[in-house]
Amino acid sequence: MNFWNFVTQNRVEIADLTLEHLWMVGVSTLLALAVGIPLGILISRRPALRKPVIAAANIIQTIPSLALFGFLLPAPWIGERATRLAILALMLYSLLPLIRNTYAGISGVDRAVIMAARGMGLTESQLLFKVQLPLAASVILAGVRIAIVISIGLATIAAAIGAGGLGELIFRGLAMVNNAVILAGAIPAAIMALAADTLLGWLEKRLSPPRAA
Amino acid sequence: MPEAVIEFRDVEYQSSGREVLRQLNLTIHRGEILVLLGRSGSGKTTALKLVNRLLALSGGEVRVEGRDVRDWNVIELRRHIGYAIQEVGLFPHYTVERNVGLILSLERLPKEKIHARVQELLRLVGLSPEISSRYPNQLSGGQRQRVGVARALAADPPMLLMDEPFGALDPLTRSDLQREFLSLQQKLGKTVLFVTHDLHEALFLGSRIALLEEGRLVSLGSPEQFLISSDPLVKKYVEAFGSVARVRRDK
Repeated sequence: MNFWNFVTQNRVEIADLTLEHLWMVGVSTLLALAVGIPLGILISRRPALRKPVIAAANIIQTIPSLALFGFLLPAPWIGERATRLAILALMLYSLLPLIRNTYAGISGVDRAVIMAARGMGLTESQLLFKVQLPLAASVILAGVRIAIVISIGLATIAAAIGAGGLGELIFRGLAMVNNAVILAGAIPAAIMALAADTLLGWLEKRLSPPRAA
Repeated sequence: MPEAVIEFRDVEYQSSGREVLRQLNLTIHRGEILVLLGRSGSGKTTALKLVNRLLALSGGEVRVEGRDVRDWNVIELRRHIGYAIQEVGLFPHYTVERNVGLILSLERLPKEKIHARVQELLRLVGLSPEISSRYPNQLSGGQRQRVGVARALAADPPMLLMDEPFGALDPLTRSDLQREFLSLQQKLGKTVLFVTHDLHEALFLGSRIALLEEGRLVSLGSPEQFLISSDPLVKKYVEAFGSVARVRRDK
């Protein structure tokens, strides 16, 4: 079967799977942002926590994705639905780039700027929200970008546990030894990754502070 | 007896086992420029940071307007004291106007008031008001330092802490800024604690000069007294700067 024929005949299913894919990536990214950025801020203020937090995120990153899906299977509530499981796993994988980049962005702010800000009487939260986070925004966003692109790729594997998404087509194509089916899953995923990368890259550039004087 | 604005009483400061300041006693009077002079590592910057509590002292006490700095609310204390440093530390993501006006906007002053105050401050430090929409990276070193001084003056604090603010400038710009700063200080009557390693700057700006060496106060007096001091350390410092006849101040 020819690729274009397959796509036109199955366009509704491909669209559904694409939406499922986007949903998993979107929800997991939002959760990862809600956990990862505060953790990055935390370790920039409590140096003693830096090593254990980064180490934990690193270890998660080294677990093969299929194994992680398997580990999470017995978890209550989460394990009941494959999509929940996939979202949790994708969230865990996204943590490392978010934590690391938030930390790097904040600690990369010019020390003289921090000193001047403290010296002129900014409170710690004013320092964080008016100075450190805005100046770290582009570095943090670079982390978000990495996390999303990785998630879009990893989410294809979630199909192996029945979570749906574009991986569904890839696995089906592999089983059928049919390249057209594989491509019908792989190409939309690739386009999604490229689009996310371009969009976030543009945003990152816009958020870059003027070069430190 | 002139009014004491900042007092160091038996101040000690240790950092990782090293004694940075020992038994420092020093009083800064209202309206004077007291220059803390000393080589790198003499403890002068440390002394400055003890005043606005960027560092916490190990012993003794520092008083601001008669009150122990530890009894001040730290934010209130810092907003009461202008602070300018050599690296300036302007916020790169803010325009000149927002840099200068930040504290005022945190104090919730109305926008028009802040705008008017910023314009006034920029004029005061010799900058054209057009500059207010620029970002720090679009300014020259001298302009940045002027903005830094304007920012330190924004909340109209009665005293200023200045840590080698003109140290990174070329000699011509530096002497312009020194001259302007001196006349500004005379006009506004601020109390200034000024740190430098530059004898010329100390002689030119200082009402009194305090020489620090290895965390100890070695000598304290007017620039005239400083030049004729018989203290060996003072003599060494003066000799290191060569012919002093030229640098007698011409206020």
